Amino acid sequence: MNSAPSISSAPPPSAPPASSVSGKAVRPGDRIFLGLSRGSGIALLVIMAAIAAFLTVRSVIAISGDHANFLTFFEWNTSGPEPKFGIAVLAFGTVVSSVIAMVIAVPVAVGIALFISHYAPRRLASPLGYVIDLLAAVPSIIYGLWGALFLVPHLTGLYSWLDDYLGWTGIFSYDDQAPRALFTVGILLAIMILPIVTSVSREVFLQAPKMHEEAALALGATRWEVIRMSVLPFGRSGVISASMLGLGRALGETMAVATVLSPGFLINVSLLNPGGGTFAQNIASKFSEADEFGQDALIASGLVLFVITLLVNGAARLIIARRKEYSGANA
Amino acid sequence: MAKRIDVSGLSAYYGSHKAIDDISMTVEPRSVTAFIGPSGCGKSTFLRTLNRMHEVTPGGRVEGKVLLDDENLYGSGVDPVAVRRTVGMVFQRPNPFPTMSIFDNVAAGLRLNGSYKKSELNDVVEKSLKGANLWNEVKDRLNKPGSGLSGGQQQRLCIARAIAVEPQVLLMDEPCSALDPISTLAIEDLIGELKERFTIVIVTHNMQQAARVSDRTAFFNLAAVGQPGKLVEIDDTERIFSNPSVQATEDYISGRFG
Repeated sequence: MNSAPSISSAPPPSAPPASSVSGKAVRPGDRIFLGLSRGSGIALLVIMAAIAAFLTVRSVIAISGDHANFLTFFEWNTSGPEPKFGIAVLAFGTVVSSVIAMVIAVPVAVGIALFISHYAPRRLASPLGYVIDLLAAVPSIIYGLWGALFLVPHLTGLYSWLDDYLGWTGIFSYDDQAPRALFTVGILLAIMILPIVTSVSREVFLQAPKMHEEAALALGATRWEVIRMSVLPFGRSGVISASMLGLGRALGETMAVATVLSPGFLINVSLLNPGGGTFAQNIASKFSEADEFGQDALIASGLVLFVITLLVNGAARLIIARRKEYSGANA
Repeated sequence: MAKRIDVSGLSAYYGSHKAIDDISMTVEPRSVTAFIGPSGCGKSTFLRTLNRMHEVTPGGRVEGKVLLDDENLYGSGVDPVAVRRTVGMVFQRPNPFPTMSIFDNVAAGLRLNGSYKKSELNDVVEKSLKGANLWNEVKDRLNKPGSGLSGGQQQRLCIARAIAVEPQVLLMDEPCSALDPISTLAIEDLIGELKERFTIVIVTHNMQQAARVSDRTAFFNLAAVGQPGKLVEIDDTERIFSNPSVQATEDYISGRFG
């Protein structure tokens, strides 16, 4: 009966074995790191809440003192006994110029990113990527000056041509003024967001799994078909994220817009003629001269920009999440 | 359907490094030929020269001739894309397109080759999935993503995808090395059925597998690390595993290296 030795009958070791596994081993490093990461997380939430509270309080003051419909009124008069102001023109200008920028920039950026990641010989690819990244480092006021002094005078020819062929749409009618217009702003914003969209897309395309590219190749796919079957589907959510980063910059861009646009509180159906404005441009140009109530009004318009950005990001997340099970992530 | 492969004087390079040296062999149609040999001996590289996938690797370059029946795959004016449509390939790790459904995965090659009616696609997809012994497992979820299948099912899906375009030759690069024994058995059974229709070349590290599935076996070896790999001998599988004519082959298959 007792002849078979078993583990449980072995003599207990001299040190109490229980404490070596059941005791909590918390070293100073763990404690410091825990405090640091928890602290940063809380700080982030507190800062966000503080910003939101600040914006909301000042906005409520402004909107309750507004004698016009804040969302639909076309003018911006914050002084006098009966201030009347609304964001309609600003919202229109911001959204339209950003949409123009996206429509121009995203296809070009995806094209450049694909060229760098899949077409260019390696000797050309890395310098090209470097130049693109460099574009992102140019300060926005430089873009603004370039836009006002170079782009604006050089666009008259293109705009006349657009007027000749597409003027009947109304959107592209042009009356030969200096085109300090929303469309010009859109083109400039497109150039400004090109680097960020390009470099994020390029990084995503470079991570497309080799094994799926080979799968397509082995089926007899051409280079473009390989990209269409394996690289683009994999990079889809990345390109959307990249576009959202670019859109965020376009929506909030201030100096370049303020330098190029000749503002006016009207909604001009023609995008090639001067007029209009954007949230950020309007805040920047009016803030220094505004009284306290005027500042509140500008802050309220800033809150609307914040909400628009939030909505855009939410929409992008929805698009990414919708086909999650088909994404490359679970390969 | 199936065609004979005739390789003569084939060498392949990665940049200036010669990976395989002067290989000549004949692969009979409707047979299974297994490539065995130690890691780094160039079996996979050689396999990839048979559908011009080797030159996709940066610096990859090939000298010599590969005749498919009488057509040289490396002849001037031969489009590598067309070659790959004729010579299909199955890879080491199952690689169904993750963004496509099971149906779309199988139809992917056909859609590259032109437009088909929905009914034609349905027929080919069903036939290919049946050919890969996968139909019964997936027929109710053809619209679900291929990446949701098990590893073995994914590999059979990849085989279905490869045979859907009716290639002349099917190359398999260690198709079972990422699979469990049951899935491996399923693939091996499948290879036995597929050789009725296709010329099959399979690279394997598993010598029992080579003995089980192949009609002929080629043994590759390299003199030393950094030296190019060479074909030591190719013969009927039975002979290679019982009475090979080169001592190195016998040492390798019996576990005595060197």
